[in-house]
Amino acid sequence: MALADTREGSGDPPKVSLFYNPKLRSYLFQALTLLFIVWVIWYAWHNAAQNLARANMTAGFGFLKSRAGFDLAQSLIIYSSDSTYLRALQVGLINTLVVAAAGIVTATIVGLLIGTGRLSHNWLISRLCTVYIEIFRNIPPLLVIFFWYLGVLALLPSIRSIFQHLEENPDAVFFISNRGIYLPAPVSEDGFVAVVVALAIGIVAAIAFTFWANARQRATGRRPPVGLINIGLIVLPPLAVFFANGMPLSFDYPVPGSFNMRGGMVIGPEFLALYLALSLYTAAFIAEIVRAGIRGVPQGQTEAAYALGLRPRATTRLVVLPQALRIIIPPLTSQYLNLIKNSSLAVAVGYADLVAVGGTILNQSGRSIEVIAIWMVVYVSISLITSLFMNWFNAKMALVER
Amino acid sequence: MTTNSMTYVRDNFIAPEAPPLSNASVIGWMRTNLFSSWKDTLLTLLAAAAVLYLLPPAIDWLFISAVWTGVDRTACLTVDQGGQLASGWSGACWAYVGDRFEQFMFGSYPRDLLWRPLLVVGLFVALLTPLLIPRVPRKGLNALLLLVALPIVAFVLLLGGPFGLRHVETTLWGGLMVTLIISFVGIAISLPVGILLALGRRSQMPIVKMSCIAFIELVRGVPLITVLFMASVLLPLFLEPGNNIDKFLRALIGVSIFASAYMAEVIRGGLQAIPKGQYEAADALGLNYPYKMMFVILPQALKLVIPGIVNTFIGMFKDTSLVTIISMYDLLGIVKASFGDSGWITPVTPLTGLIFAGFVFWLFCFSMSRYSAFVEHRLDKSYQR
Repeated sequence: MALADTREGSGDPPKVSLFYNPKLRSYLFQALTLLFIVWVIWYAWHNAAQNLARANMTAGFGFLKSRAGFDLAQSLIIYSSDSTYLRALQVGLINTLVVAAAGIVTATIVGLLIGTGRLSHNWLISRLCTVYIEIFRNIPPLLVIFFWYLGVLALLPSIRSIFQHLEENPDAVFFISNRGIYLPAPVSEDGFVAVVVALAIGIVAAIAFTFWANARQRATGRRPPVGLINIGLIVLPPLAVFFANGMPLSFDYPVPGSFNMRGGMVIGPEFLALYLALSLYTAAFIAEIVRAGIRGVPQGQTEAAYALGLRPRATTRLVVLPQALRIIIPPLTSQYLNLIKNSSLAVAVGYADLVAVGGTILNQSGRSIEVIAIWMVVYVSISLITSLFMNWFNAKMALVER
Repeated sequence: MTTNSMTYVRDNFIAPEAPPLSNASVIGWMRTNLFSSWKDTLLTLLAAAAVLYLLPPAIDWLFISAVWTGVDRTACLTVDQGGQLASGWSGACWAYVGDRFEQFMFGSYPRDLLWRPLLVVGLFVALLTPLLIPRVPRKGLNALLLLVALPIVAFVLLLGGPFGLRHVETTLWGGLMVTLIISFVGIAISLPVGILLALGRRSQMPIVKMSCIAFIELVRGVPLITVLFMASVLLPLFLEPGNNIDKFLRALIGVSIFASAYMAEVIRGGLQAIPKGQYEAADALGLNYPYKMMFVILPQALKLVIPGIVNTFIGMFKDTSLVTIISMYDLLGIVKASFGDSGWITPVTPLTGLIFAGFVFWLFCFSMSRYSAFVEHRLDKSYQR
């Protein structure tokens, strides 16, 4: 065998034909890919232009300035049917952000509770948490939304029975009906700004105090009662200013109108259904992430902390949690992103989020390319900003290796 | 003087004692697991109170007060609403689910041709079962039959056309059948496309790499609904003028695009987990790129990410419910549509229908997640030796 090998092994390096040259191959391959992509774009562009020409339409974002002509049930900024499409999309974006932010906060809290509950030594609690997780992880979020919207909230008392209830108890200010939850709306009067300023000063003071307490702990080993003092710093100054200024806050109470309640603040069933479904659904996933994170910290860490004389609470706060967070944050980020994206299911119950508003505009004006492009740009930007923030947070939490 | 009296060692065994109460008895178990401290006791009591408060009414609503037989809505209405049940009654209306069961499973598929979807289901089960049992050999052939041959056979059987089979429009398809078809086709397409995208993302060629990253991140950054809208609204616009692309096909394309991007990321995870030595060993053997991937890297990488693939499939299965929004009738869509059906409008119909649909979804997803956990466990073991 060895002899046979020498036949071609000697002499110049073997001549490789151009076809097998790796560099050339790579260029060829990339050129083909580029060609394919360009062709797909050209093909789509060309057909779209022809199709639009047939329908006597032009592409462009000029339509955003024209009158919307439809009403939106829930809007945090001033909007009427005379506003522009652009304004309607802004309302939609704000509504998306509102429901996503509320959902993320609730889902994180519920997920933390359920996740730690599942690790509990208490048999009943851990079983209940397991049941919760296994139910919500395995049904579609859309079904959970419908469940709340059609199955639960639609069965609440009607407006007419609320009117009846009001006749019997004229002092009632808080109602739950199948058209939403009615609450008194706070109306700020002169001098309320001072309360807000006091609150802001309190928060800044609390942050400063925490820094000072950390420095002091490092220097002396003693930690002042940070939690208690911080609560005092944040709550007391605004309260003092509030009473000093003669309680400059009044409430606008909901009162019965001809067909519906007037005044006050209403939280619509669409928002409630979406918010509850998103939070409870995502909480099940967050619970599993939290559980995996806490279990990912070796038992030896807890034992070492006990051996150093740390109390259980200090062990959790200073030893287990910082290490668990490192495992938790990356998958938590993707759950947050999932929640934001799932908030687009709003369109199924008619909550005026970005997709629902865009869908209405799409149906009304036929501007499909533009509307879908806006959706994509907005959602990709939200995703990017969220992952950038979470990556920053993750880097801050990451192990600093020396 | 006897030596015996000096000994320190006991020369007879004492009788074994009973294990401590805390390990052996029910009371001991309860003390450690339910009432270990006053906080624990409080939690247990609160949880037990909640369970006792919620569970009996739920069981009563679902089973005891539920209506099991009936031909139309009057069976599930109280006297005040125009039915026969005592006023104040509330319970599940299973008669409605029983009456609509065929519709929930097959949509409006012609009733005399139901053997066709049933045959497809039979073939699917016959091919899937051996694939799921690790001991059965010939996994490659099996997967090929399931992922390539079955879709073709199923397509011909369900749609009809050749071999004298009557043509059945896709608009007549519906129910669980559509849910299963969309998620299955999604997975069958997303596997090869996902592999290509994952390989492309790890490629050394900048243009290939950049375009794969752009595609994956763009699709993963937007909600499925926007991809579905794109497929259903933009696709006809981007194809030849005058085309009339089937609505069902559009949904399939949308779901496949979406699933491919997610699958690519799962497979990339597997590719990254393969040690560099494997790549180098394949290079040293003189294998070219396709051979290296096909025979050395991918078999190992794919095996590693089976749990991830199953989890993606669970996600896809749940996400197919979104086609409801582009007005197609999958299981959730058809259940929701039946709420407006004048034959069965009652206050309890929506809740009953949603609980039924939820149970079907749950059953599929839960068994898949159990399977994924089983595979994960098995993979873990094979590494532990």
